[in-house]
Amino acid sequence: MSLPEVAVGDEIPGRTVPVTRADLVRYAGASGDLNPIHWNERTAVDVGLPGVIAHGMLTMALAAQFVADWAGDPAAVRSFSTRFTRPVVVPDDDEGASVEFGATVKAVDDDGTVTLAVTATGPDGKGVLGKALARCAPRT
Amino acid sequence: MPLDASFVGRSWPPRTYTVGREKIREFARAVGATDPVHTDEDAARAAGHPGVIASPTFPVVFTWEATREVVDDPALGLDFTRVVHRDQSFELHRPVVAGDVLTTVVSVDDIRELAGNDVVTFRCDVTDPDGETVLVCTSTLVGRAGEAT
Repeated sequence: MSLPEVAVGDEIPGRTVPVTRADLVRYAGASGDLNPIHWNERTAVDVGLPGVIAHGMLTMALAAQFVADWAGDPAAVRSFSTRFTRPVVVPDDDEGASVEFGATVKAVDDDGTVTLAVTATGPDGKGVLGKALARCAPRT
Repeated sequence: MPLDASFVGRSWPPRTYTVGREKIREFARAVGATDPVHTDEDAARAAGHPGVIASPTFPVVFTWEATREVVDDPALGLDFTRVVHRDQSFELHRPVVAGDVLTTVVSVDDIRELAGNDVVTFRCDVTDPDGETVLVCTSTLVGRAGEAT
């Protein structure tokens, strides 16, 4: 399966993903990360956070999903690395917090491997992932 | 107190995890992975996989658990209640497939001190029963310095 044709500097069309408290609970169960700062307001505030925050690994998973959907093949995603720069605070309402994902093509290798610099922006317009790099390779 | 730098290079006993199909499906739902290769055996086989495949960050399900056990090792001296996850990386040599029996070895890649905080990078080497590398992931955790009370 080949990857979409791109050149260095191209921007990948972005997308916005809403993250609600229900999504955090579902991710907590699926991942086994039951840290209460991701579902209990009282605990989150106690440790000095503005409120319940999303798992950094959930934001990373949504970013990886954004890349996999662009690639058209989840198995094409060969590496993904990121820094968690800011928490995504998820309010106790039906809308949740919107995280906007985008990416720029950083490298295209001779063998068709594409490296994307991925961005994730929280509801306040600030980046929540830093130095996020995804490498995708076509499957033969 | 700074962590003991002699932990760098040390590894802990291997742990084995059997990847279940329903866990792959559950995780895929939780991260909005709608590609049928995560949920439908026929779709996965048609795409050239031996079974349903996990989404890229699925390995955190078993590598975080393995890492957490090391973090909790009192000999290391990291206080989990003060730990912040700073960086994460995955290097996937092949997709994780339902039925995989995977062995994870956690080791300490790096320990440093940054502005009084302990910064520890853990590495998980994940292999299949033939000893082939399936993936390598790293997690960098920051143990925030305790406040003087």
